[in-house]
Amino acid sequence: MTSPDAPTASPTWLDDRRQAVSRRIGDPVLPSTEEEVWRYSRIGELDLADWSTVAEPAERGLPAGIEAILAAVPERAATVVVRNGFIVHSEVELTWSERGLYVGALVSGPEAETALGSVSGDGIDVFSQLNDVNSADPILISVPRGLTVDAPVVLIDWIDIEGCAVYPRLVIRVGANADVKVLDWHGSADVSAFVAPVVELDLAHAARLGYGSVQMRGPRIWQVASQVSHVMADATLTSSHVALGGDYARARTDCRLIGKGATGNLQAIYFGENEQTLDFRTFQKHDAPKTTSNLLFKGAVDDHSRSVYTGLIKVEKVATGTNAFQTNRNLKLSEHAWAESVPNLEIETNDVKCSHASTVGPVDLEQLFYLESRGVPTDVAERLVVAGFFQEVLEAFPVPGVVGLVNDAIEQRLDRRSER
Amino acid sequence: MGELRIQGLKAEVVGREILHGIDLVVGSGEVHAVMGPNGSGKSTLSHVLMGKPGYTVTAGSVTLDGVEILGMPTWQRAQAGLFLAMQYPVEVPGVSLDDLLSEALSATGRDASIVHAAVAAEAERIGLATRLLDRPVNVDLSGGEKKRNETMQLAVLRPRFAILDELDSGLDVDALRACSRRVEEATTEFNLGVLAITHYTRLLEELKPDVVHILANGRIVTSGGPELADELEETGYAQWVTDDEIAAPSGEADPFADPFA
Repeated sequence: MTSPDAPTASPTWLDDRRQAVSRRIGDPVLPSTEEEVWRYSRIGELDLADWSTVAEPAERGLPAGIEAILAAVPERAATVVVRNGFIVHSEVELTWSERGLYVGALVSGPEAETALGSVSGDGIDVFSQLNDVNSADPILISVPRGLTVDAPVVLIDWIDIEGCAVYPRLVIRVGANADVKVLDWHGSADVSAFVAPVVELDLAHAARLGYGSVQMRGPRIWQVASQVSHVMADATLTSSHVALGGDYARARTDCRLIGKGATGNLQAIYFGENEQTLDFRTFQKHDAPKTTSNLLFKGAVDDHSRSVYTGLIKVEKVATGTNAFQTNRNLKLSEHAWAESVPNLEIETNDVKCSHASTVGPVDLEQLFYLESRGVPTDVAERLVVAGFFQEVLEAFPVPGVVGLVNDAIEQRLDRRSER
Repeated sequence: MGELRIQGLKAEVVGREILHGIDLVVGSGEVHAVMGPNGSGKSTLSHVLMGKPGYTVTAGSVTLDGVEILGMPTWQRAQAGLFLAMQYPVEVPGVSLDDLLSEALSATGRDASIVHAAVAAEAERIGLATRLLDRPVNVDLSGGEKKRNETMQLAVLRPRFAILDELDSGLDVDALRACSRRVEEATTEFNLGVLAITHYTRLLEELKPDVVHILANGRIVTSGGPELADELEETGYAQWVTDDEIAAPSGEADPFADPFA
């Protein structure tokens, strides 16, 4: 176990890289809702000057509030806790470090210089580039070829400084035929903050990665997150995202299936309340033959909350024999809530199986009637149906230990709902 | 002895009257079969009794032991002791059978801790495979499995009166026997009163009706003993409905009617 008592000194290559990107973007220009990928977003409300980056870790201890998460996954191959952008705790079980698993500060990890940016390249948007410049302590999970890690790796990213801007960075590299499951938990105290995480997922030939992320930030957090993945031949990425927190919380997912036979399973659930906006952009990019992508995003919006889902399946000419599916289902629980759902296809070859489906509507009346006909009161029946709506995704969550916590949070939302 | 009493019941769907005045009294422990051709209003009757949205009752009353239930929401009718075994049981993703029945029992102040054991015992009696009990309610069940599931829930919830809406549709011979026998046993076991709505007489081989009613064009046209069902088997519905009605069943206006009938 290592708990660094001083920030890891950044190597020259990293400083150079930060400066290069900084020079390139200059005074960053934020996007506007004129751009398709920002349409329906609240980007116009954002002023980066409202937040300041954290230069020094204010607190080096473990934040209160993470015990329940750790307790939910008692068997862990490795644990990293990042607080306001800085690693405050990092440990890898000896049995796994001996077999070559690396989890910790990227700068001290294997092939650090090539690992950072290996998937995100020059950055998918200005926030990704800002992350390149400002990310304090990038994290690397590196699984050597052939290793099956049978306990999950747990990362907790915590924010508890009022008014801070934080740029968490995570790079996961899974070697050929290796297999790992990762929990990435985004939590916070009730502070106002701006967070722009970037996650890079790099899967080598026949690698398997189950990446489960839970976004339960406090209600005053603005989060603009980006997840990019490269999936090589016969590799399988399963990414499952839970989005409950934040004032405005955006998650962009770019999944690129690069090798023949690569598979990307992309799932998410979200549940908005009060004035929240939960915003999802997905790209399923098929660049090789016989690739498969399977997307299922399910969400509910209550009160005055809003959700946005826009998704694109892009199948290149070379990607023959491709299967690509995209489903977005939304429950609208209040007349003031609003859910936007825009699926899209761009297909350059005929030899594909593709489908997309998108629905926005109230709780299914036939389901309600069925439950009520057994004697279950309307409000309880509605709770059962709404909670049940999310289970399809949660049942397949890569780190099942935390599903209980997620269900508790959903139940609390439903409690607040029935109190109103 | 308790009774379910239907008097002068008229109901319409999107402005069109489907039930033209139904009178029926089912006593506890009795089995009444309501038989009729397609479009006679059978499903409308079952839906109206359970309070399904989409129907308007324009006249009449339905009382359970003297208490009017027509003004009650569906769940209160169920809590008062009414059960509807649906013709097309609805799939409810993510909701387990145990959770549903626990909520149903505890909502009426009954002990929900018995659910798991009761479900297991009843499933075995009805021949519903144990592996199906862990699935979300009705999800990925075959037509026959869904009907066994309805019957199993009826047995666990022990209502006072059960409406069986075409329990026999989509059932193979073995499942039909298991389900109808279980309901028949319930009439003595917990004095269940039964309103069995069906097109065919085969349901009534194990479930012995005390009274058979013929429903045609939204009215009970005749009632009699079990021999009436035998007569139907011989002659069909022709003598009770005009050719017009057979050619153009009034149920066409019913959006909830069986689309495959």
